[in-house]
Amino acid sequence: MSAPTFDLGNLHGGLRMPRRKDKSNKQPIQQVPVPQQLIIPITQHVGDPAQVVVGIGERVLKGQLIAESDGPISAPVHASSSGKVVAIEPWPVSRRLGGNAPCIIIECDGEDRAIELSEPITPYESLDQEILFQKILQGGIVGLGGAVFPTAQKLMHASITPLEHLVLNGIECEPYITCDDMLMREQANEVLGGAQILMHALGVEHCFVAVESDKPEAIHAIADVMTALQDDRIALKQIPTIYPSGAEDQTVQLVTNKEVPTGGLPTDVGCVVQNVGTAAAVYRWICKGEPLISRVTTVTGDGITAPMNVSARIGTTVADIINFVGGYTENVHHLVIGGPMTGRSVTTDRIPLVKATNCILVMSDEEQFGHEQPCIRCGACASVCPVQLLPQQLFWYACADNEAKLRGYGLMDCIECGCCDLVCPSHIPLTADFRMAKARMRELADEKARAERSRQRYEAHTERLEKEQMLRAQQLEAQKQAAREGGSKAIRDILERTSKKDAQDPGED
Amino acid sequence: MEFARRDAPFIAPKANVASIMRQVLYALMPATIVYVWFFGAGLVFNMLIAIMFCIGGEAGMMLARGKSIRVALGDFSAIVTAIIIAFALPPLTPWWVTATAALFGIVVAKHLYGGLGFNIFNPAMAGYVVVLVAFPVHLNFWVAPRIGDLDYHYVTIFETLSYTLTGTLPDYLTIDAISRASPLDAVKSALSTMHTFAEIHANPMMGDFGGRGWEWISNYIAMGGVWLLLKRIIRWHIPLGVFAGLLVPSGLMYLIEAGNHASPGFYLFSGGTMLCAFFVATDPVSAATSPRGRFVYGVGIGFLIYAIRRWGSYADGVAFAVILMNMAVPAIDYLTRPRIVGHIKHGKAPGA
Repeated sequence: MSAPTFDLGNLHGGLRMPRRKDKSNKQPIQQVPVPQQLIIPITQHVGDPAQVVVGIGERVLKGQLIAESDGPISAPVHASSSGKVVAIEPWPVSRRLGGNAPCIIIECDGEDRAIELSEPITPYESLDQEILFQKILQGGIVGLGGAVFPTAQKLMHASITPLEHLVLNGIECEPYITCDDMLMREQANEVLGGAQILMHALGVEHCFVAVESDKPEAIHAIADVMTALQDDRIALKQIPTIYPSGAEDQTVQLVTNKEVPTGGLPTDVGCVVQNVGTAAAVYRWICKGEPLISRVTTVTGDGITAPMNVSARIGTTVADIINFVGGYTENVHHLVIGGPMTGRSVTTDRIPLVKATNCILVMSDEEQFGHEQPCIRCGACASVCPVQLLPQQLFWYACADNEAKLRGYGLMDCIECGCCDLVCPSHIPLTADFRMAKARMRELADEKARAERSRQRYEAHTERLEKEQMLRAQQLEAQKQAAREGGSKAIRDILERTSKKDAQDPGED
Repeated sequence: MEFARRDAPFIAPKANVASIMRQVLYALMPATIVYVWFFGAGLVFNMLIAIMFCIGGEAGMMLARGKSIRVALGDFSAIVTAIIIAFALPPLTPWWVTATAALFGIVVAKHLYGGLGFNIFNPAMAGYVVVLVAFPVHLNFWVAPRIGDLDYHYVTIFETLSYTLTGTLPDYLTIDAISRASPLDAVKSALSTMHTFAEIHANPMMGDFGGRGWEWISNYIAMGGVWLLLKRIIRWHIPLGVFAGLLVPSGLMYLIEAGNHASPGFYLFSGGTMLCAFFVATDPVSAATSPRGRFVYGVGIGFLIYAIRRWGSYADGVAFAVILMNMAVPAIDYLTRPRIVGHIKHGKAPGA
């Protein structure tokens, strides 16, 4: 076993904040029973929507493919339990903009019968890279840290670049969330088994498992399995408890002391980062034949009676999960999907648990938010920004809608971690403002691209018209020339032809 | 069940502007007591008058701009401006001088530039500079500190109040009888009449570093400043910059020609150096905004303070130094942008 290491890169800024993790990590992960109804969105990943391959009324089994991956970046979706497809219709989901998304609705029969595997499980060591990628794609596996990028495609892209390290991200730096912590405590063997599969798939010879120092139990569990595995390619790294050390680029910076270039990916500095939950999901699919049909999620906050971690089937509604853990308290204000720093507040608990849902946070009104006041340029935001931006300047230019300045001051490098909001004495919702400014800038860029396209089309059109006109003028000129050269004979011929025609045609009058 | 929406993050910030401003005020309390011990109750009268006019100006301007008066007064920023003006003025100042400084600072320097967060110039210093130029006689009238001199006359509350309200002293007192040159003034004029600094320093009016009595006020202001640093209300960049900008040139000159120049310690503990380093230059609104920029801004102020004290016609140069550096802030901010993580140079991607 390699000893925990502290030779870390530097992270600028960051925050030590209230952890509030001990609410939910005091008891083992509980299994949520099969609900009556599963609502399974067909798009649970970044990229192109999957294509539905079942019809209404069809009976499906647990683990059966119900929507297949379609497009260069896409992932399939599987039924999380057995039952009957009763509808395929829009249903409320947790997206930044709210609204509904197409979902497959399955009435469960409660038998939870699994489908038989189409091919026997073969040891991953005997599979080539390409086949392994295809298999991972078929498992519907996506990044479970919250970004839900299809894992197979991330690996494929990474495998064509020179790689040094696989980094397993078990940092989980946001307050409240403990699902990766509990997963590492209880299923460290699956996590590290997944790491071995991923290393094999990528052809990398080194893996860091990065865990925040406030998770001693998880660190012990990982270390124990490392001892048992005797795999000296895997090393454990303890990361200081500073938010946002678990954001992908920041993790790379801490673990390898290399900065991911702006607009680039960790692969640019020879790293692939995978969440520990993703690694466990890869292990369960490749070694046990279980596609991604359930996940561990943290149910927590002052708004529920008994915070805990649960393992629930994808498609179970938040309402069912909250019921399972004992229901709401009297004083409930916000329902947040994801953590308190980067999560999204939703208006209804009818939404389903999806592959991305790492936390269900129910907030009471205990957290009091003040009113926005003018910025006094104190610079507290700049001192905590992990990307070393100047949020006070960005805010100024965002108010003025000054696109050039916003770019110059690195708006697009903002990782939206929310640190600046938390230290702002004027209670300015900086992250929300930046998110909006970014969206506006993207819109503007799109508009520019559209304008450019129509300008090109217009120019091509005018050019074509001019060419046609010129051609016609040339033809006319040529005809005139011919007429002149042909002299009176040509004219006579024409006259003759027309008069003959007149004679043959009796006319109407 | 239905829930209310809001944007992330869902953890409320702990700091607020009002508490920052309140702590700045607490930090000046010990210095206020020491000041009153040495110079009498004049400071308190000046504070009350400045607060009255600052709050009045703030309320009037918020009303005129159609904004909430309660919010503006609730942030205590006008009171901080008032207190700093009072500290900058001599202990015996007629009320209209204080009022002019307060009103100019709040109405012109703060609100006509857009209010809190938008003012280019430090309101307290802008107000102070206006009265320094408009009422030079009043601004040069300093009394002796209570340090046990034989010919010392301790101004009573009544005498102070009388001067504050009417601009004249009771008949039995003349201005000449109680006025004293400030240490900065005294040293400046003595140096110009070919005295060596060692000679000047031997005078009983001089203390360890600055003027006797005066330097204790500086000590207590510095203590308040260090407390603000420890509470992380202010950061070290500006104060350290001011000290560096002041001590490096004055130290060099003193090392080269100790006779003709005052010691760096004298400059550090005289006049408004400490007030400036911890309470004036650190005003975030009118200072540079990036950490590196703040250090540069501080150095500029420190150097200008030295230059004005040594070669200028004013005894102290704090207010001018701050105002001049306020003007340089946009350039400093532009030139000291930190390198964004993932960029090699500012605004450049690695490899680009």
